[in-house]
Amino acid sequence: MDRFVAIRLTVNGEPVEARVDARLHLVDFLREQLDLTGSHVGCEHGVCGACTIRVNGEIVRGCLMLAAQCDGAEVWTIEGLTETGEIAALQEAFVARNALQCGFCTPGMLVAAAELLRREPRPSRERIRDWLGGNYCRCTGYHAIVDAVEQAAAALHGAPAE
Amino acid sequence: MKPAPFAYLRARSLAEAFDALDRHGEEARLLAGGQSLIPALNLRLATPAVLVDINGLAGLAGIALQGGVVRIGALTRHAALEASEIVARHLPLLAEAVPQIAHPAIRSRGTLGGSIALADPAAELPACALALDATIVAMGRAGERRIAARDFFRGLYQTDLQPGELVAAVEFPVQPPERRGCVLELARRQGDYAIVGLAAAATVQGDGALRDPRLVFFGVGPTPVRAAAAEAALAGAGGVAAAQAALERDLDPPADLHGPPQFRRHLARVLLGRAAARLLG
Ligand SMILES: Cc1cc2nc3c(=O)[nH]c(=O)nc-3n(C[C@H](O)[C@H](O)[C@H](O)COP(=O)(O)OP(=O)(O)OC[C@H]3O[C@@H](n4cnc5c(N)ncnc54)[C@H](O)[C@@H]3O)c2cc1C
Ligand code: FES
Ligand code: FES
Repeated sequence: MDRFVAIRLTVNGEPVEARVDARLHLVDFLREQLDLTGSHVGCEHGVCGACTIRVNGEIVRGCLMLAAQCDGAEVWTIEGLTETGEIAALQEAFVARNALQCGFCTPGMLVAAAELLRREPRPSRERIRDWLGGNYCRCTGYHAIVDAVEQAAAALHGAPAE
Repeated sequence: MKPAPFAYLRARSLAEAFDALDRHGEEARLLAGGQSLIPALNLRLATPAVLVDINGLAGLAGIALQGGVVRIGALTRHAALEASEIVARHLPLLAEAVPQIAHPAIRSRGTLGGSIALADPAAELPACALALDATIVAMGRAGERRIAARDFFRGLYQTDLQPGELVAAVEFPVQPPERRGCVLELARRQGDYAIVGLAAAATVQGDGALRDPRLVFFGVGPTPVRAAAAEAALAGAGGVAAAQAALERDLDPPADLHGPPQFRRHLARVLLGRAAARLLG
């Protein structure tokens, strides 16, 4: 038992080894030690969703997991998901529909929306709103974000079932 | 904010977790999903010296149907409850509650045991445990202890759990098909803690009467609150209107930034009306 913890994990497919302060959040580890600053830090208590990342195939709050808990984990951030092209359709739709202004919320929105489209190819608008209810955007008023997710779903999987 | 420093122990066995709890007493905290504890650490509302991470104890997770009981391990994530066919089939009330807890990126981590042990008065799962007559399985070095949900929630964030014990599982009696249930809540946004919530269950008779109704409100007091007077009224001749009136006796909600006690009483009556319609519908 220690204040410092050795971890080995993969981040965006690359192996990483580190010794971290036990109190270091996963999102701070990514930003400050790995220079992956795409994941943002808003509230640091789970409310805003700006820090949403994918760990072991599931979306989590990067501010509510400790880096120390990620030994053996597979972590994907906005940078890696961009590079693999997995979220390209969503990204194009966000640009086309003006679904970002300052962009602070956008990485978290994209990671969360990508998870929805992985599980449910054609979510209704209401479902999109529910799913993204845990991601704050202080700029757009959300309509354009819902439009963009809907457009990406249509681009990937055809028009939504009415 | 960032948490104050602490030491971190990844428990590899229950014995190791119990050792750490013994050795560090009040200074140690168990870390399950972390979705309530880590916010508290970040805000420095909690400053434990040692975190004992139980996420590696795979034996504490899982959903099993054994005889007439669904036993759900403490480390079972909200997302696993949401995806479980056993839960959907035998505990539909619980299945309806889970999607109302927080958001997908929180349900992927948060656990049943964490929610039960924390006993947040506005949380869904403690109310479900009460509505479904669940039994909490506590475990300490000396072995297991079973506590009926009605005896487990003692006060605001207070449970019957003793020092050195953890919640190992919750056992829910399988609900027969004629027993209906629903979980309704009013919150400002999808995923927020309820301002007022209701876990309701009843056996629907052929003639439309509701037998043995169970009405457990949350967000209206220090613990989930069973509305005994309203239950009696709902089973009697007065029906829904009498039950709504009886809530005046059952509930003594606090005033807070959401509004005065009368506001919550009103919402509770609204929810009771909706729940009765659902149970009968
Ligand atoms: C933005 C946000 C919104 C939320 N909204 C809701 C909501 O609407 N409804 C709701 O119910 N919850 C909500 N939650 C809380 C979430 O459901 C938590 O996951 C849950 O309350 C605690 O579970 P946990 O596994 O995360 O516990 P942790 O945070 O790990 O632990 C909570 C406490 O319980 C103790 N503990 C954990 N496991 C055990 C165990 N097995 N035995 C004994 N003690 C244990 C810990 O030591 C700690 O004191 C929300 C959280 C966030 C961040
Ligand atoms: S920074 Fe993690 S949810 Fe706001
Ligand atoms: S675009 Fe500015 S917060 Fe969403």
